Amino acid sequence: MEKYWHVLNIGLQNTMVYRLNFLFRATFGLIPLIAIISVWRAIYEGKAGGQVASYGLSQMISYYLVITIVDALTAVTEDDWQIAADIKDGNISQFLLKPMDYLTYRLCLFGAGRIVYAVFAVVPTCAFIWLLRDNFILPPDAATACWFAVSVALTALLQFLFSFTLALLAFWVLEVATFIFIAFAFEYLAGGHLFPLDLLPPAVAGALDYTPFPYMLFFPVSVWLGRVTGDALWLGLLVQLLWVVAAYALARGVWNRGIKKYSAVGG
Amino acid sequence: MSGERRIPNDESFARCGGRIRNSQFAIRNYLSLYAALWRNSVIREMSFKVSFLMWIVVEALWFVLQLSFIGVLYLHTESIGSWTKWQVVALVGTSHLIQQLFTALFLTNLTALSEHIRTGKLDFMLLLPVNTRFLVSFRQVDLGGFISAAGALGVIGYALHRLGHTPGVAQVAGFFLLVLVGILIHYSLMLMLSASSFWTVRAQGIVWGYYNLFNIARLPDEAFRGPFKAVFTFVLPMLLVSNVPVKLLVDKLGSPFEILLLVALAAIIFAASELLWRTALKRYTSASS
Repeated sequence: MEKYWHVLNIGLQNTMVYRLNFLFRATFGLIPLIAIISVWRAIYEGKAGGQVASYGLSQMISYYLVITIVDALTAVTEDDWQIAADIKDGNISQFLLKPMDYLTYRLCLFGAGRIVYAVFAVVPTCAFIWLLRDNFILPPDAATACWFAVSVALTALLQFLFSFTLALLAFWVLEVATFIFIAFAFEYLAGGHLFPLDLLPPAVAGALDYTPFPYMLFFPVSVWLGRVTGDALWLGLLVQLLWVVAAYALARGVWNRGIKKYSAVGG
Repeated sequence: MSGERRIPNDESFARCGGRIRNSQFAIRNYLSLYAALWRNSVIREMSFKVSFLMWIVVEALWFVLQLSFIGVLYLHTESIGSWTKWQVVALVGTSHLIQQLFTALFLTNLTALSEHIRTGKLDFMLLLPVNTRFLVSFRQVDLGGFISAAGALGVIGYALHRLGHTPGVAQVAGFFLLVLVGILIHYSLMLMLSASSFWTVRAQGIVWGYYNLFNIARLPDEAFRGPFKAVFTFVLPMLLVSNVPVKLLVDKLGSPFEILLLVALAAIIFAASELLWRTALKRYTSASS
């Protein structure tokens, strides 16, 4: 177990190199966020009731702000490219020889990357939220905040395992970039990045509920906003946990099959 | 240069004529060079057919994503400012058209610049008897971009059909000219961003930062106000690039002043990019090798 602490430590030090990069990323990431909030403001101005599909303006603005928070804590940025490159260039050969599990190793690096990113993104993000404080909704109570934290942790695992499995396609195909982009596009819509999923026609939203995508972003945000309570909250967390277990099993399975196929190009 | 200037002036007339012939020759020379680069790109693309097709699918998917976003927004509202649904669809289509043409002609070339600087490959380009900016800008053509652009044209056409609006010949011609102006703006801005890698070698975030800007270009300008609108109208004219051509096309233009502003800003940004490019080249010291 101790060796993975070292990996985490190394990961922290490595990603610290990119701290300025992260700061820029977080700051420039605010531009599309401002844009989307402006569009919603314009829409609400034209609305007599001040409601869009049960979202008030404050809820809608908070939705996008909480997305930014969850994204900073859970989004996979470079990891999938690195994993695919490791396989393509033959770098994973060393992990087959060392007493080190590649998935855990990668998970540590992912965690380290997210910690460093969150630390540097916290300044511009909080400054921005403070500017919009009149429209920013906090979780209704402490218990909700706790369940939000749990759900975010599960989301992070789900995001990581999803990207990990996808990157393992590099065992079979030469260029995984297109697959990653296609999957990312699906996740972008079905995860709720673009708009809250309950804005979709009920049939579509209902169908999406049977996929893991809503649990990769939409669910924790809904928990924060207090839109999921009581039994729905327990059920949601349980389903999210089940998706994590399923994703883990899939990742392990694909890895085992991939290793059999692996021919250590380059070495 | 100074040696040339010292030549006695009796032959200046003949030399002048020679220069005209020379510049004609130069244009033809560059055209044939560009044709050769095109041929090269076609051959390269055709050797990776599957990946070529896959990238078209990826682009199409993101386009559909943006359109579905608009579709969902308009499930819940009739208009954003004064923009109706199909006007916004035309706007998203136009933004995609400009972006894809820009991608086809310039994007790969400009993003490769930082790599050329980092590895010192730029030395090789500086030595060739061709204008370096030409080579840096036009080296590769991304053919998939043209196919995506055709898709965008289709969407714009359909949106006009749904609007029940048939633009006049002058409007269509103006629209395409403004699209070209938009590509020029994106090209100049991107060149400036890429040229920043003359100063900081690590400039990976460039493309990413740029996509954030592109994100704004497909939204209706009326949604914005205050300093945000001012910056993205007068400094980085993202709110003009695709808004103005669409407004011209669908008779939404407030005043012809908007067109003037777009063209003037394009000229200024292009001049700025040339200035920055020259300054940057002067400070190029090659990679250690």
